[in-house]
Amino acid sequence: MIKKIFFQSIFFNFFIYKDVFGAESGGMPQLNPEFWISQIFWLTLTFGILYFVLSKLILPKISGNLELRRSQIQENIEAAEKQRKDSETKLQEFDEIIKKSKIEAKNIFKVAKDEALKDINLKKETLDKQIDQEIQKAEAEINALKENAPEKINKIAIETSSELVKTLIGADVNSSSISAIVDDLSKRNGGKYYDN
Amino acid sequence: MAANPMTQFEVYRIGPEIKVGAFDISFTNASLFMVISSLAILIIFNLGSKKNSILPNKIQLLAELSYSFVSKMISDTAGSKAKPYFSFIFSLFMFVLFCNMFGMIPYTFTVTSHIIVTFVLAAFIFIGVTIIGFAKHGLGYLKLFVPSGVPIVLLPLIVIIEIISYLSRPISLSVRLFANMMAGHTMMKVFGGFVISLGIIGGWLPLSFSVALTGLEILVAFLQAYVFAILTCIYLNDALNLHH
Repeated sequence: MIKKIFFQSIFFNFFIYKDVFGAESGGMPQLNPEFWISQIFWLTLTFGILYFVLSKLILPKISGNLELRRSQIQENIEAAEKQRKDSETKLQEFDEIIKKSKIEAKNIFKVAKDEALKDINLKKETLDKQIDQEIQKAEAEINALKENAPEKINKIAIETSSELVKTLIGADVNSSSISAIVDDLSKRNGGKYYDN
Repeated sequence: MAANPMTQFEVYRIGPEIKVGAFDISFTNASLFMVISSLAILIIFNLGSKKNSILPNKIQLLAELSYSFVSKMISDTAGSKAKPYFSFIFSLFMFVLFCNMFGMIPYTFTVTSHIIVTFVLAAFIFIGVTIIGFAKHGLGYLKLFVPSGVPIVLLPLIVIIEIISYLSRPISLSVRLFANMMAGHTMMKVFGGFVISLGIIGGWLPLSFSVALTGLEILVAFLQAYVFAILTCIYLNDALNLHH
């Protein structure tokens, strides 16, 4: 389409300006060999100088710059990698230390618990012993009281009965005969009151 | 004078006439733009390679991006063996690109719109590639014209076609660049002429077309420089790594 427009435009241009091609005799200036040698000469000269300066001075510098940057970036990446590894090992060490200290803390706790339990047991035992002893003492006292009780009661009974007899009949009664009666009674009925 | 779209391609002498023997090597407007293009390349790339900072500034980035662009282009098409020719292809690409681009500025001269310039470049490439091919492979380089896996009956025909296509390389390479640049600039001139002749009422359409064409021509200027360089790489690849 563009080509069509191109040719059409040249065609119409020819109508608008009647002297377009009339003024020129040669047509395309590119085909006029007048300055061909000059163009070849200057092309060789400028391109030669351009090539020489670029290849000898400028391009090595640019490639050096690129290489330098690449190596520097590589170094930085390596350093970063190294530091990452370092931090990883340190993290592992830290984890291990934490694990160890946890175990240690557990052990310490266990030991303390055991000791406390032992202490408690010991104290309990001594207390139990003391309590037992006191119970035994109290029981012994009670037993002693129990054993003495009938005799005392007999005595009281003898005294009261002798006095009762005295006030009732106004005569002294032989205490030995009264005690014989009381003993007899207590022996008969004692089981009722002191049956343990 | 401005009406003729071909006057922009005229070469004229600047300064005195210089003659060496029978040859006229006067400084012309074509020479002027060759010098300007080369100087621009040298100045830009010199500035771009002067300082080396880890974070490049704009001009350094430009130089380094161009370097890696051409480097990648060469390694992609011609492999690692083409490394010694990097400087040449880089200079060639930059020279053609800058000549094309300088031609896009109004009132300038487009060096690459002249068949003689492109033909000298293409002929130099052709001769150089042929010399490299024979130097690397000796007479084995002639195997380039004998593709493998072709029936024996067709072989003479194929060989003739291959030889013709090989010999027409400098012509196709030079005419492609020259014709593209000339056609584009002629078309822009023609549409510019329409703007004047159609006046304030009818001139807007060709003007808008002219604007669009300018964009297209800048693209073509880059593309043709790229094509020129990449075809050089492909020819070099044929000479370095004999595939047939």
